Amino acid sequence: MRALFLLLIAGYASGAAAALALGTGALSRWASALGAIVGASAGLALAAGVCIRGAAFSLDAPGFFGPVGGMAFTLDPLGAVFLALTSLVAAPSALYGAGYARLWEGRPALRQVGFMLNVFLLTMSLVPLAGGTLTFLLVWEGMSLSSYFLVMTESDEPEVVSAGQWYLAMTQIGLACLLGSFLLLQSGGPGGFSALRAAALTLPPGTRDAVFALALIGFGSKAGLIPLHVWLPRAHPAAPSHVSALMSGAMIKMGIYGLLRVSLDLLGGGPAWWGGLVLALGAVSALLGVLYALMEHDLKSLLAYHSVENIGLITMGVGAGLLFGSLQMPAAATLALVAALYHTVNHAVFKGLLFLGAGAVLHATGMRDMNRLGGLIRGMPWTAALFLVGSAAISGLPPLNGFVSEWLLFQSLLPGIGAPSPLVAVLMVLSLGMLALTAGLCAACFVKAFGITFLAIPRSPEAAAAHEVSWSMRAGMVVLAVACLVLSIGAFEIVPRLSSFVAPLVGVAGPAPSFSVGLALQTPGGFARMSPALVAAGLALVVLTAWLAVKAFASRRPVRVGETWGCGRVVQTPRMEYTATAFAEPLRRIFAAVYRPSEDVSVDFHPDSRYFVQSISYHSAIVPWFERYLYAPVISRVRSWSERVLALQSGSAHAYLTYLVLALVLLLGWLVVTGQP
Amino acid sequence: MSPWLLGPVQAALALLLAPGLVGAIRWMKARLQNRSGAPPWQPYLELRKLFAKEVVVSNNASWLFRAAPFIVFGSTVAVTLLVPLLAVPLPFDGAGDLLVVVYLLLLGTFFLALAGLDPGSPFGGMGASREMTVAALAEPTMALAIFALAWSAGSTNLGHIAARVLATPTEALAPGHVLAFAAIFVVTLAETGRLPVDNPATHLELTMIHEAMVLEYSGRYLALIEWAAALKLLVFFTLLGNLFAPWGIAAALTPGALLWAVLTLALKLLALGGVVALVETHIAKLRLFRVPELLSASFILALLAVTASFLLR
Repeated sequence: MRALFLLLIAGYASGAAAALALGTGALSRWASALGAIVGASAGLALAAGVCIRGAAFSLDAPGFFGPVGGMAFTLDPLGAVFLALTSLVAAPSALYGAGYARLWEGRPALRQVGFMLNVFLLTMSLVPLAGGTLTFLLVWEGMSLSSYFLVMTESDEPEVVSAGQWYLAMTQIGLACLLGSFLLLQSGGPGGFSALRAAALTLPPGTRDAVFALALIGFGSKAGLIPLHVWLPRAHPAAPSHVSALMSGAMIKMGIYGLLRVSLDLLGGGPAWWGGLVLALGAVSALLGVLYALMEHDLKSLLAYHSVENIGLITMGVGAGLLFGSLQMPAAATLALVAALYHTVNHAVFKGLLFLGAGAVLHATGMRDMNRLGGLIRGMPWTAALFLVGSAAISGLPPLNGFVSEWLLFQSLLPGIGAPSPLVAVLMVLSLGMLALTAGLCAACFVKAFGITFLAIPRSPEAAAAHEVSWSMRAGMVVLAVACLVLSIGAFEIVPRLSSFVAPLVGVAGPAPSFSVGLALQTPGGFARMSPALVAAGLALVVLTAWLAVKAFASRRPVRVGETWGCGRVVQTPRMEYTATAFAEPLRRIFAAVYRPSEDVSVDFHPDSRYFVQSISYHSAIVPWFERYLYAPVISRVRSWSERVLALQSGSAHAYLTYLVLALVLLLGWLVVTGQP
Repeated sequence: MSPWLLGPVQAALALLLAPGLVGAIRWMKARLQNRSGAPPWQPYLELRKLFAKEVVVSNNASWLFRAAPFIVFGSTVAVTLLVPLLAVPLPFDGAGDLLVVVYLLLLGTFFLALAGLDPGSPFGGMGASREMTVAALAEPTMALAIFALAWSAGSTNLGHIAARVLATPTEALAPGHVLAFAAIFVVTLAETGRLPVDNPATHLELTMIHEAMVLEYSGRYLALIEWAAALKLLVFFTLLGNLFAPWGIAAALTPGALLWAVLTLALKLLALGGVVALVETHIAKLRLFRVPELLSASFILALLAVTASFLLR
């Protein structure tokens, strides 16, 4: 264990060092990726060890940062799940990144990305390993800053700079809240998590509420819960694609980790409103996330909004777990938390895959705007097939992993109607409806994302000329696509393990419920049974039989290739196809009350007669309302204050000298008044 | 008979009955409209003809266009292994519940919509966009109706729900059940492309949903898709018939009981088909942007069903 831990650090550190030392060529690309892959493999092995043994691993390093108490590392099974998912995305992303980074050969950006990526992966892997407040905050901030530098890779574009500013602002606000939360929790004692856990029980309820609320804001801003998600759709498109995959697949999950760690582990659960609030926030994030994703035609922004959606789904599970925990329904609470954790791992895998796929598209065409893509399935068959796997998985389609965790999430909300309070029952029923709508809209959105990007006729010359990406980029995606299927079929093995990790957190007495019978999953009391493995086998069998039967019995005449039917038009052009905008139009109209789109039509008439139209121009934009009503006023207020402060900085040396004298006089006056010597 | 044979028998029976169901609805509709109409077995002849015909595929289409009919057909056939068509307890009841049925059908819809986009025709895009919109909006109703049913039956597994209603027949008239039935009936109309959501008989560009999506298909691929669509209708009717009024379903796998089950199933399918034919004769198609209103009404029904189950728990 100890050796694996050291190998994890050594792998990433050597990757970072290699990036700095080996210049800006192919050697540096591969060496830094190799370091990351070694680190990730060690991380995966360490996490697997802790998961299988079920016992925590800990290591104290009092020598590091000695004056403030030293660093402490502990990996319990809950943390191990998060270390595992980080490593699971890190290795394929690093492999992919080795190919992707060819873009920056001969530029300092290669060195910067190689170094920062390894630092980012190292600090992110250490977050679930942190065993004390100081260690946690240090690696947390390391993760935030290194990812900020990665977002800023292409910093000569104004869009990227703006995205970086949003990201930095949100992450520092989050850090401030976390500092507050941990300060309240710590109340003078040493910062080890085990000490905090013991001390948290004696805190007054008001303080516990404050700790929870601050942690929710702090971790929620990292996870991307609405309305704290504003940085996601900006930073993800700006970052290099394998970095987006890591940020979306792994980093935002650390927000979920922190929320679980503080609310369930350190505070040991709380009143029912904690869970209710988290559940409601999750449901709103899920639904609004997918609604905004539908309107997004930038492939990577679309995926970023889907991260908001999926974080919402995960948070719903966490909220239901907290709520059931406070209502003394431990089996239901365990199921909800298992669903949340399972979806966390699944989302890491398929979202990582989708971002890598989007990156491959960007790499091949230089474009992210879906309305200019199309037809890529011919030039990029591998990327297309792998992106399709990711799309089906995120849409919750059987037999892939998203389906299993969404099923568990549905099942974990069903016991809610049995809750003693009608208010809880109503909340659960409404959440269930929102969950179902989210699932349906997500499928619609991925028909759009895949169909418009990869199918039909290319909408631009760049899309027509696209070629398949390098083998290392493909290999990275293949690993994640295989993981999508394995995580689904292996559910009967994974779910009981997850259950044994979370059951102690919600006060299950005795052995943890296993939720698994043979190859099937089973919810408490035998309420529902489902076997992902059998569903997969059945589907494969039926599809294969149908194919063989058609081959044997149907007409054997060869397929004739003709033109698409078009009501007698002479030639088919891409302009006749449905675009992403057109595809989402019905939903835009139906949910107009949510979107509040601004529309602007201007018609140019012929100067002689209004009956002849020369041109029509139509503009429509959707500004998310939370940006307009929540962030815009705050930003303008901050800006006006800063401008007022600017008046002090006149540039005149006389004025500055006057400030000095004034400050001195005030200080002396204060000393006189307070009577100190 | 071995219980494990029941799965394949169910699938074969469903495949056999489905085209007849569509034919019967068309025939009844024609009679209600004072037309003589095609005979009820017409869909069988159409399938035979389509399987024998040559396939024409668009030059813009990819492998996905050719794979989709098999996935659509396969996922729908897989569903027939899970629904209580003839007997309870079902052999594959532990393999999947009502939610799995919904997701398997969504899998078919997903690939059909992608196949609609593949040839690059504006009709295909229009159909795909509308189909996914309607499918997404129907999901919450379905989820809540399942919730109401499952809560009173104590399980989301289909065999359990049917067995529960068989054991306590008063359950069938509980308000929660009746309201859930109404909600699922509306979802059935929407999901299977019937009036007032979609017109199965139309080929008018502006009103098509399902037909627009499959416009580029021909030959055996079209046959598979048509068959799958008929099968989907049969699945929804079976859910309505055998979850809410499971009488006639065989409790033991004896030839007599099974024969009786087939007969009652055929009667239930015909009765529901008659209702759909009646609805389609009396109601005009809704404008696309009025469909959400219909679906929100069905959502309210499902919500009431849950509320009733909650109050009477």
